[in-house]
Amino acid sequence: MSFINYSSREINCKIVYYGPGLCGKTTNLQYIYKKTNPEQKGKLISLATETERTLFFDFLPLALGDIRGFKVRFHLYTVPGQVFYAASRKLILKGVDGVVFVADSQIERMEANIESFEDLKINLAEQGYALEKLPFAIQYNKRDLPNVAPLDEMNKILNGSSVQWFEAVAPAGVGVFETLKSVAKQVLLELKKHY
Amino acid sequence: MAGSDLVMYENEFVKIDEELQKLHQQANANVVFLVDKNGQLIASAGETHNIDTTSLASLTAGNIAATGGIARLLGEKEFTILFHEGEKDNIHISLIGQRVILVVIFDQRSSLGLVRLRVKKASEVLTKIFDEITSKSEKDKSEGKSVESPFAEISDEDIDNLFR
Ligand SMILES: Nc1nc2c(ncn2[C@@H]2O[C@H](COP(=O)(O)OP(=O)(O)O)[C@@H](O)[C@H]2O)c(=O)[nH]1
Ligand SMILES: [Mg+2]
Repeated sequence: MSFINYSSREINCKIVYYGPGLCGKTTNLQYIYKKTNPEQKGKLISLATETERTLFFDFLPLALGDIRGFKVRFHLYTVPGQVFYAASRKLILKGVDGVVFVADSQIERMEANIESFEDLKINLAEQGYALEKLPFAIQYNKRDLPNVAPLDEMNKILNGSSVQWFEAVAPAGVGVFETLKSVAKQVLLELKKHY
Repeated sequence: MAGSDLVMYENEFVKIDEELQKLHQQANANVVFLVDKNGQLIASAGETHNIDTTSLASLTAGNIAATGGIARLLGEKEFTILFHEGEKDNIHISLIGQRVILVVIFDQRSSLGLVRLRVKKASEVLTKIFDEITSKSEKDKSEGKSVESPFAEISDEDIDNLFR
């Protein structure tokens, strides 16, 4: 649910990074934060536990620039991945305009990827969204690790509807902006359809 | 798609702004602001320059969402008012018409009683304005009207430029 303000000439859109625990969602936001000019970003807020696991959400507001005289702002959120934070995940999906699913490429995390992906679809459906109708991109993260699943296998399992996907090594920034750009672009094109 | 986008035009924005300015004065508040339930700042009044309003908006919405979750677990529909007391500053958060969140930050120059009273009055006015906004955008949609849409013309190039 974007917020378009004709008075202050601003568009605000919400993008949620979803995925299993420790797949690299927070790392994506940290990299984006690190690489964005100070005047384009707000604070990166992390509601985390003492062990740095995301408790409620991470939040990063980004003002990327103007389109046709409108200031375009993206609000990036991550969800906590652990199974027992299901209630928090539902809340964060409220009013979402676009979703990035970050998958952990390690073979032993495939089960967790699938579980989180199903969880995403269920939680969206509860709010009346269908994933197929939302701006959506998939990121296969941790490609630098030795024990990763082949890409075509991951696509077969997680990307049945052939959305845009990206290989990533989030701490090094590989694929991070490519993924964001893909979903941001879809969100803006969606606005174009409706307004 | 669930819910609809919030589209705000000059006319309503001015009305909202006026109401917030009034509340800010009459409640003797430091800052007053309005946030949509998804965490996006709609408008504010008062001494906002040394406050990170964007973060505040997002966290306030998170707060309301979390307490809403608690309410449902307890079989309540929603808690419509939250109040946090600090050493210097206090924060009064209330839900307006299920859709937006009104936040008032005040210190010892005001009181909870006064804030409550003024918030109640302002809520009634703001509820009406948001009802107008909703019915207006529904009407626009049903008539297929898009007033001088800035988005109709968006090109791939515009979008690419954002990421330079
Ligand atoms: N080797 C490697 N480690 C990563 C990658 N992405 C994230 N990590 C690490 O995985 C851990 C969990 O990342 P985090 O972003 O907190 O996961 P989240 O639970 O999805 O937010 C951290 O120690 C990261 O440094 C990656 O692409 N490669
Ligand atoms: Mg995290």
